[in-house]
Amino acid sequence: MTVSDATARDDLRDTHLGDAELHARLTRTWRTGSGWIERLSSVDHKVVGRRYIITAFVFLCLGGLSAVAMRLQLARPEAKLLGPDLYNQLFTMHGTTMMFLFAVPVMEAFAVYLVPLMLGTRNIAFPRLNAFSYWVYLFGGIFLWASFMLKIGPDAGWFAYVPLSGPDYSPGKRVDVWAQMITFTEVSALAVAIEIIVTVFKQRAPGMTLDRIPLFVWSMLVMSFLIIFAMPAVMVASTMLILDRLVGTHFFNPAEGGDSLLWQHLFWFFGHPEVYIIFIPATGMVSSIIVAFARRPMFGQLPLVLSLIAVGFLSFGLWVHHMFTTGLPQLGASFFTASSMLIAVPNGIQIFCWLATLWDGRPVFKTPLLFVLGFFFIFVIGGLSGVMVASVPLDAQVHDTYFVVAHFHYVLIGGAVFPLIGAVYFWFPKITGRMMSERLGKWNFWLAFVGFNVAFFPMHILGVQGMPRRVYTYLPEMGWGPLNLLSSAGALILFISFVLLLINVITSLSRGRLAGDNPWDAGTLEWATTSPPAPYNFSRIPFVTHREPLWDNRERLPVVTGLSVDSREVVSGTLTEAYPELRESSPEPSIWPLLAAIAVAGTFLGSIFTPWAVVWGSIPVAITLTGWFWPKGTPEDEK
Amino acid sequence: MRFRLTLAAASILFFTRDCLASQSTLDPQGPQAEHLARLFWIFTGVCTFVWVAVMIVLLAALIRRKAERPDPLQLEPATERRSAAVVGGAVVATLLTVVALTALSYLSQRQLFAREKPAVTIKVTGLQWWWDVRYETDSPDQTVTTANEIYVPVGEPVTVKLAANDVIHSFWVPSLFGKQDLIPGQENEIQFKASRPGVYRGQCAEFCGWQHAHMGLLVVALPSPLFQQWMKLQSAPAAPPQDPIRKKGAEIFESKACIMCHTVRGTSAGSRVGPDLTHFGSRQSIASATLPMSRGNIAAWVVDPQGIKPGVNMPNVSIAPEELDPLVSYLAGLQ
Repeated sequence: MTVSDATARDDLRDTHLGDAELHARLTRTWRTGSGWIERLSSVDHKVVGRRYIITAFVFLCLGGLSAVAMRLQLARPEAKLLGPDLYNQLFTMHGTTMMFLFAVPVMEAFAVYLVPLMLGTRNIAFPRLNAFSYWVYLFGGIFLWASFMLKIGPDAGWFAYVPLSGPDYSPGKRVDVWAQMITFTEVSALAVAIEIIVTVFKQRAPGMTLDRIPLFVWSMLVMSFLIIFAMPAVMVASTMLILDRLVGTHFFNPAEGGDSLLWQHLFWFFGHPEVYIIFIPATGMVSSIIVAFARRPMFGQLPLVLSLIAVGFLSFGLWVHHMFTTGLPQLGASFFTASSMLIAVPNGIQIFCWLATLWDGRPVFKTPLLFVLGFFFIFVIGGLSGVMVASVPLDAQVHDTYFVVAHFHYVLIGGAVFPLIGAVYFWFPKITGRMMSERLGKWNFWLAFVGFNVAFFPMHILGVQGMPRRVYTYLPEMGWGPLNLLSSAGALILFISFVLLLINVITSLSRGRLAGDNPWDAGTLEWATTSPPAPYNFSRIPFVTHREPLWDNRERLPVVTGLSVDSREVVSGTLTEAYPELRESSPEPSIWPLLAAIAVAGTFLGSIFTPWAVVWGSIPVAITLTGWFWPKGTPEDEK
Repeated sequence: MRFRLTLAAASILFFTRDCLASQSTLDPQGPQAEHLARLFWIFTGVCTFVWVAVMIVLLAALIRRKAERPDPLQLEPATERRSAAVVGGAVVATLLTVVALTALSYLSQRQLFAREKPAVTIKVTGLQWWWDVRYETDSPDQTVTTANEIYVPVGEPVTVKLAANDVIHSFWVPSLFGKQDLIPGQENEIQFKASRPGVYRGQCAEFCGWQHAHMGLLVVALPSPLFQQWMKLQSAPAAPPQDPIRKKGAEIFESKACIMCHTVRGTSAGSRVGPDLTHFGSRQSIASATLPMSRGNIAAWVVDPQGIKPGVNMPNVSIAPEELDPLVSYLAGLQ
């Protein structure tokens, strides 16, 4: 006590405080208040991360419902349930929602929530930007779905190929809505990517050298770099599209010297890395779950990390395999066959390392591990059918057919959604403090596994039987009826499995068994703190001695001290060694990010109607940003 | 002569009735498609083998018995070394497989996309939602223009030049060859052969708007002499109607909105917006391989195109009940 009395208020350190007082003071410093304004001002990565996760799952639900509607339409030939107009809107909404509003954001969401905990820090870097990114994402998603409800949902596909999406063949506001929604989600994704990179580079707990960074964090780091390099391509493309549509430029109009294939190059230069933006974080989830449930450290950590990075690089050299049938020069196309097949090698390394870990592990068959095993079964099929579509001649037959639909659902649902659901079961106890039901979990898994395969395996056959994608119906004579009916039945089973997941989440929130800090006896830092974590994450910053710190320090985790308890501070360290360098102050809560997001959303929305919105909208944006960055007279400002 | 051709075509249709509805890549009817089907099965075989191998290892890893290990960090150096060797071997095997498949793919590609001097060159233009088909011939008076159906001689190389007038489409007849896109502002080209006489269905494979699902086409492969006869018949203008009902039908056709979009060579109808109807009645199907050719279907299509293909560019034209029969007779008689 004498120490704290003797020190100035804003320089009280955690060094000599007792646990109770430390907890009280840190809570006061870091907590999010309970008032409305305070909640909306929160910059806590856990609060924002939780909102992100819930929002992403709401969009999963909407995207899933649109898929169910499509499957009902396709269950019979020449069904009249949905017309071409609604069907085209639905498949556009499905793809757009799943890619832009669910898959990428949910991965970022888990990163926002878990990365600071795994790194042993108290908040994400740039927490206000984090709050801002969430609001922009939320507004973009609401904007898209509100348009759909108002019957102006985009209908040119999630890929929006020109000229179909151009001013001549998609009049009205539909495609503008789509293009502007891209801008919303890209802004938010870029913001999160930057936060994660800086957090991983600068805010790791002392002792967490590069080789002690958890694989989950590595995967999120690689994802973030992919976002930074891939997303600008689609932003350029969607901006050019909007300019073509609203300002009368002719970037994509061949009649005026534009080029319709330019869109495809730009879109897929983003679109292929996009797949890995979704898949790479899922590999991080797989790694976390395998280590925890195989009860041993990962076999081949270094090759796994190098594979992740290699996949990240290679993913930028594959985009042309979406364009093999556009009449590009043959030799050039075959280069992309080689690069597309080559990416099987680093992905293979990952699979083999996981298998080796399980081989020498002592597997505990809990729900998270079941989902990872389902991942192996499904994803390997998807990866191998990917080798097939990578071949120029084979792709000439299966491109744009249901074979490709099967392929990428095997990759994305098998490769990303199964690990993700496993991750929900795995980290739910940490996030809520309660366990999910194992019994329901097993039902959830088996229904999802059976439903998925029944829904999507027949699509391989339909594709080679000649059924093209994106058709709202098909003729009875084509003979595709029975397999489509089977597929629709599988889709319903898959849907039921998600309903079970929802029931499990809701009932476990109030009635689940209390989890304790580390219910799975896992080894990484997020399990060192309470469940749910206190607002300040760790009462003292851990000192990391091993890749699995909690397995290495069974009795007590070593900690470092010296951080202020009355003002928000995090430890900033060196890039490779995480040698602590600075006590960096972390921003206080602020309502400005929300106001700035509203201003930005208004600008984006208005620009659909008049280009002048960009001019007038810049005024409220400037005002809110000024408010956001206004110096508060904190000691750091004066330094 | 016309009778003989129709008879021969009808017998072909009869023998290939199953093919009429089929457009499967696994039912190849030409050397290119056969090559592709073989390639498909080779890749499928290799991939299945790899998948089964991975699943066996996974299963073995899960069920094999292992001694208790209270401390997860207590690893056996010998086991780690063995795992490293096995993983290293698996990576090398993956690399070799990938290289082999890439080589196979490349060699197939060279063979499949090699060009010969074509016996026939056809220009196909994709439009929302039908196919404009023109045969390139030496003299303009032999020009053949048709729609949604391509006649080719059996066993001879056929070059199809692909263009688009509105949005991107993709030309795909699975039992003959893989697909190739039709892109505004550029011209693509494919070449294929049909091994046997028959009718092969294809469909647009690139999403092109509302009626993407109903943008089919038929390829009819005929023995060379029959094909030549077909060409000759198609290059002729429409024969003027003889019987009074068809005459009346022609008057109705020419007085309605029909001529705003359609051509019937030899008459005053000369617009190029919609399909050329000069020999409409000789086709196997209507509305881009959506309905089989029959008087009933012609009537249904003429009366309510929007009900059959919602969003199609052909408007519902008001036709009085007593006008329908002559109009259908006229159209069906455009042989």
